[in-house]
Amino acid sequence: MIEISTAEDKEYVCISVGGEVDASSSIQLDATIQNAVSDGFKKIMIDCSGLNYISSAGLGVFMSYIQELEIKEINMVIFGLQDKVFHVFQILGLDQLLKIVDDEKSAKGLLNVI
Amino acid sequence: MLYNYKASCSTDKLQEIRQFVDDLLRQHGLSDVESHKVVLAVDEVCANLIIHSHGCDANESIEISVEFKADKTTVFEIKDHGEAFNMAQYKEPSLSDIIRTKKKGGIGLMLVNRIMDKIEFYQSNGYNVCRLTKDFNK
Repeated sequence: MIEISTAEDKEYVCISVGGEVDASSSIQLDATIQNAVSDGFKKIMIDCSGLNYISSAGLGVFMSYIQELEIKEINMVIFGLQDKVFHVFQILGLDQLLKIVDDEKSAKGLLNVI
Repeated sequence: MLYNYKASCSTDKLQEIRQFVDDLLRQHGLSDVESHKVVLAVDEVCANLIIHSHGCDANESIEISVEFKADKTTVFEIKDHGEAFNMAQYKEPSLSDIIRTKKKGGIGLMLVNRIMDKIEFYQSNGYNVCRLTKDFNK
């Protein structure tokens, strides 16, 4: 089961992802990020503090946006990963390709928003 | 000890399969972090079979067995009657190719390769078998 909610500010959108992102549920994460990009947000925060599990399907969603975000100059920051979930990003070295920080404060700092 | 589980080929079942494997690993004393990785590897193989070999047809099924051996290795077998996977044809994609083409295929098996100590695909008694071995001494 995946739980996704979004909170929009003038400057940025925060997508909160909870539960489990697998081959069955990753499509919802994909659709939510796609919406944020289509809505024209240049700053996207992904709050993963409630995320208990991610499989390759979920990692694939994040990877599939790397190029588009670069081209459109959109800044996306992931924060709040539990150790066991962060480790899954590390297995393939995705922690080097995505912006991942510890907490919301650091994410906001990186995006330069209040 | 040998444990078995049968699941219909629907991606909704992946959560139950993960729960089955996680419960067993935790009962056998593995930590949350250790169990998490191994559960992920089994989930990836099952997801591949359910989606690619069986086209998410819930009338079909896969069988998962977990065997805890005395030497502290654990063997996971995932069996089905679908299309056999040809390991010889599998070429691991590079991360940059995946990012460039947005094709997500292959990431799952990359994870399995890095998590498990041994991966074998073979046919036995009319089944396709994917056999994953994890050595918990390491």
